[in-house]
Amino acid sequence: MDLLQGLKKGNKRAAAKLITMIENRTEGYQDVLKEIHKSSGKAYVIGITGPPGAGKSTLTDKLVKEIRKQDKKVAIIAIDPTSPFSGGSILGDRIRMNDLSLDPGVFIRSMGTRGHLGGLSVATKSAIKILDVYGAEYIFVETVGVGQSEIEIVKSADTTVMVMVPGLGDDIQAIKAGIMEIGDVFVINKADRDGANRTRAEIEMMLDFSNSEFKPAVKMAVAVDGKGINDIIDEIERHKEYLIKTDKYHHNRVTSAREEIVEIIKENITDKIFNDHLISSQLAELTQKVVKREIDPYTAGFNILKSIKL
Amino acid sequence: MDRPIRVLVSKPGLDGHDRGAKVIARALRDAGMEVIYTGLRQTPEQIVNAAIQEDVDVIATSILSGAHGTLLPKIAELLKEQGAEDILFIGGGVIPDEDIPELIESGVKAIFTPGTPTSETVEFIVNNVRK
Repeated sequence: MDLLQGLKKGNKRAAAKLITMIENRTEGYQDVLKEIHKSSGKAYVIGITGPPGAGKSTLTDKLVKEIRKQDKKVAIIAIDPTSPFSGGSILGDRIRMNDLSLDPGVFIRSMGTRGHLGGLSVATKSAIKILDVYGAEYIFVETVGVGQSEIEIVKSADTTVMVMVPGLGDDIQAIKAGIMEIGDVFVINKADRDGANRTRAEIEMMLDFSNSEFKPAVKMAVAVDGKGINDIIDEIERHKEYLIKTDKYHHNRVTSAREEIVEIIKENITDKIFNDHLISSQLAELTQKVVKREIDPYTAGFNILKSIKL
Repeated sequence: MDRPIRVLVSKPGLDGHDRGAKVIARALRDAGMEVIYTGLRQTPEQIVNAAIQEDVDVIATSILSGAHGTLLPKIAELLKEQGAEDILFIGGGVIPDEDIPELIESGVKAIFTPGTPTSETVEFIVNNVRK
């Protein structure tokens, strides 16, 4: 448990090794997660999401530099896709964050999705906990470039920043369900390009229809030149204040804790059921009957359910 | 699932030619490795900091500027300082044969010069990475 000691003291090597352990599900990883849970829950988690090439990494780089001026310790988890064919990946988010790699108050970790859909990797939630215990006051989670339905980030982040760029589609894209509904702060990046105002108007119109208490603002930015960064930070702060004032902050954490428990149950219950010999043989037998059309899959399924003892 | 080997692919120094680094990054990806690509003009400090935070198994550097005699031993030295010599450190690029022994002496585990098939580099990594 040397690593845990190191982690609590803010040792980078220990944090890095523990994230690897959890990512690889190395024996004992659950003990680590059990151990650190009590000390976690202090960091403020900011999700950065948006389509590929929208400027998520560049924006994260600039936001973190600004927050570092307040001398807060920051961690970044940057997720990129894993190849479904080779299992390999090229994680390239650090390219935009080179200056930060020399800042001792910043910890950057790249993660491959490793087959997980939804915009995050399986171990992202656990990595957030580790970096929380490591002492990061702000944790930025940059998702993979998302399309229309990768909304998992909202479950992990306190504030979700949706990064858009001009010219990706018409107003129908903006009123579709899914990704457009999850932003707490909207950013039109590359706002020096044609169509930025129009994109803003479309998003604002979409937001006008919303009944939610908190009305997200749409901010213009040119991240690469550092333009609009302070505005975005102010908006993140405004959302944070709203969460705390309305007790949503607590409420969200309750939802997320419940979900975490449910996840663990789901994950282990299937293992438990299908590793049972009796059930495996019953399943094999009933499968044959289903193929021969002697019984239907529903009857087979419910027969097996009857014999499951937890 | 077998755990993927994590590799930092980086270009130390000031030359702006990253084709080789990208080719190798792609080859390692196709071999099922997780490649963290940091891009051009990295200082030895940036490379070692990134390697520690990313907890990589391998650091692969590409260098074409002729500054390998200074930069690569510096990286090896910083790794030792951090107690991270267990990271497999390799280099590639236009490096004259007569310079190689000195680099190996300093702590670089292998040097791959132009013309090396990528499969050779992949094989070296797989066989020499910490288990």
